[in-house]
Amino acid sequence: MNKQKTINKIQDMGALIALVLLVIVIGVISPEFRTVGNFLSLLRQSSINGLIAFGMTAVILTGGIDLSVGSVLALSTALCAGLIANGMPVGAAMLLALVIGTGLGLISGILVTKGRLQPFIATLVTMTVYRGLTMIYMDGKPISNLGDSFTLKVVGKGNFYHIPIPVILFILIFVLFMFILEKTTFGRRVYATGSNAQAARLAGVNIQRTKMAVYAISGAMAALSGLILLSRLGSAQPNLGDGYELDAIASVALGGTSMNGGRGRIWGTFVGVLIIAVLNNGLNILGVSSYYQDVVKGIVILIAVLSDRKR
Amino acid sequence: MQIEMRGINKSFGGNAVLKNAGFLLDHGEIHALMGENGAGKSTLMKILTGVYTKDAGQVIVDGQEVCYKNPQEAEKAGIVFIHQELNVLFDLTVEENMFLGKEIRNRFGICDKKAMRAEVKKILDRLGVKISPEQKMSELSVGQQQMIEIAKALMVDAKVIIMDEPTAALTQSETEVLFQVINSLRKKGVSIVYISHRMEEIFQLCDRITVLRDGAYIDTKRIADTDMNDVVKMMIGREIGERYPSRNVKIGEVALKVENLTCPGVFKNVSFEVHAGEVLGVSGLMGAGRTEIMQAIFGNMPHVTGKISLYGKEIQNHSPEQAMRNGLGFITEDRKTEGLMLEESIRKNISLANLGRISRHGVINKKEEQDLVKKGIEELHIKCFGPEHESNNLSGGNQQKVVFAKWIYTDPKVLILDEPTRGVDIGAKKEIYHIINDLAAKGVAVIMVSSELPEVLGMADRIMVVREGLVRGVLSKEEANQENIMILATGGNLNE
Ligand SMILES: Nc1ncnc2c1ncn2[C@@H]1O[C@H](COP(=O)(O)OP(=O)(O)OP(=O)(O)O)[C@@H](O)[C@H]1O
Ligand SMILES: [Mg+2]
Repeated sequence: MNKQKTINKIQDMGALIALVLLVIVIGVISPEFRTVGNFLSLLRQSSINGLIAFGMTAVILTGGIDLSVGSVLALSTALCAGLIANGMPVGAAMLLALVIGTGLGLISGILVTKGRLQPFIATLVTMTVYRGLTMIYMDGKPISNLGDSFTLKVVGKGNFYHIPIPVILFILIFVLFMFILEKTTFGRRVYATGSNAQAARLAGVNIQRTKMAVYAISGAMAALSGLILLSRLGSAQPNLGDGYELDAIASVALGGTSMNGGRGRIWGTFVGVLIIAVLNNGLNILGVSSYYQDVVKGIVILIAVLSDRKR
Repeated sequence: MQIEMRGINKSFGGNAVLKNAGFLLDHGEIHALMGENGAGKSTLMKILTGVYTKDAGQVIVDGQEVCYKNPQEAEKAGIVFIHQELNVLFDLTVEENMFLGKEIRNRFGICDKKAMRAEVKKILDRLGVKISPEQKMSELSVGQQQMIEIAKALMVDAKVIIMDEPTAALTQSETEVLFQVINSLRKKGVSIVYISHRMEEIFQLCDRITVLRDGAYIDTKRIADTDMNDVVKMMIGREIGERYPSRNVKIGEVALKVENLTCPGVFKNVSFEVHAGEVLGVSGLMGAGRTEIMQAIFGNMPHVTGKISLYGKEIQNHSPEQAMRNGLGFITEDRKTEGLMLEESIRKNISLANLGRISRHGVINKKEEQDLVKKGIEELHIKCFGPEHESNNLSGGNQQKVVFAKWIYTDPKVLILDEPTRGVDIGAKKEIYHIINDLAAKGVAVIMVSSELPEVLGMADRIMVVREGLVRGVLSKEEANQENIMILATGGNLNE
């Protein structure tokens, strides 16, 4: 019996083991990889994808998917940059960007619930439209005259006791998601919606409200990671965040969350995000060309998902 | 065909489920397999048909030791298993579902639709069910789906048919048709393993009876040599006494009043009332609209008109959420699609309907949750390895108890029960009846939809009979008997 339990545990931790193996292998090959500095910058890089992937996890747990995250990120940062460039106080503009991101996510949620569109289609629509709106708003050109605000800089470039602020945000939000999904009634409703929507509805769960909420959360997370990017780059680009949904979905899948909803854990996504980051960073350091990187990434995801299916 | 199973052992993850279980099935007999929920009946049959592999023991078919690797192999040998939990593909039609994997093909390898249609019609006629072969499975009621499963088994030229609670979702008249079919199969020399918790059926139908308790073989008896009390004693190791515990409750004022509830094409002008402390039974044939009426009252049906009031105040139930807030509870008929999150633990299932009770400001109090779930498992005697046991791996009856536990702690003013004891063993049924009585004593108004007539007659203060979406009458305790209910349910008039 203990044997069976151990096997289950090992399978449960498959992603973690993969992460550790990756770190050890790349670390042995490359001395450059195994420095504290590199680990910190690796974590900082992963925070962008991480925040998006957390929101994505909530959406996928309800049985949905959010393809629009990259475009939400672009549109909310563009508006934020535009407002700052037009003289709005930086703090206010950034808060507004979060609100806008939430609203943009909510629109996807409304299309899914009230509009009865498949999540894939609904967010494909918003993804396309938001990207178009970003292009229109920016007229295809970057916005870079953002001044020299401390508030703006600190979000992406600041440190707190040598730890980059994005990393702190990443970890705080991780803990927050863990709390929300594991300990709150809202978290239970999210899982229940994905597990058996009909049974959940009959037990008094408001399925529509729950779904709208997770898309709004996903939008908020996209906007937040957009702010980190804006701060680091010092300018907003019209094609910002393009393709980010793929890394986010890959992280969620790597973490063992079922694409059918109802099953999964946020710490799995956390590990998934780190695997993607280690692959990106490690393969770069090893000098693997970016074409091969994509192939390797694809294969790692395939292995992870296949080993997951055996359960 | 003769089958002997001897000394079968089976454990799941270190928990022994079968310990020296077995039985002997003779040629051309109807053999009842009985035992409490979780005794291991379904598991034993799954081992016979190769769904599970045994840890120890022998399976001997016609003198030869066999070990079927999968259900297809067993079916080839002539052993067909109609499972307790239906294996239905909801998006397929009746016809597609019945021929899945064994389509009749003409010599060009193309499906011969005509031949298949004719075959389906023939079998459905034999079962006396009026279902079109083109209907989607998802449009059928659970009872109708069950009939399709039975029809599927008849298509195969079986020597042994195992029926795991085939009548749990059927009403009296469908059951009778099924019994005729079973008897004619026996005449042809087919052996039947019959699993059921309905005592009356066992004694009406079967030749011999084998009892399992806690995964172990207890005894086999000829029906003529035993009686209900004897069987119950073998099953649970003690006598249970009166099957329907009496209730001494003063019936109070009108709690729920339903007026002219209508859903076009489903039911029309349904009006009735239930009093505080009263149990209102609801009877009718399969597809009469009983479930739909209850779903509508609970806010889970669109396009419903009419008036619902609670203690004299009109209420709006546009969604189950709203209905719950108004003080209603609803134990649904189909535990698999509407009652449970099958992949979740007992804990998460029970707490889902009680989230408000076990949380402050949206944060779940772990201790309160544990206490609630423990109480449910103890009070309902849910047989499991603990609160984290996945619902999927519970026996059918124990799944039903989880659904029950989910609702009885929500403090409803009105509790609707749709087939509350489906698949529940005789001891646990009595526990559920006790709980219903306790709720009534606390002033809860209970509506109990049930296809098991003895249960409605034993438990209800009044009985409402529904036929084709219309309330045909409400019988008082004095007027209520099996015959009167059947007359109303089939469209007759009482004073004729
Ligand atoms: N796949 C499984 N994994 C773990 N436990 C299981 C599994 N299948 C069955 N069990 C356990 O084995 C026991 C026997 O289950 P089984 O379904 O055979 O009972 P049963 O006699 O058919 O009961 P019922 O009358 O309720 O249908 C139960 O306690 C159940 O929890
Ligand atoms: Mg069973």
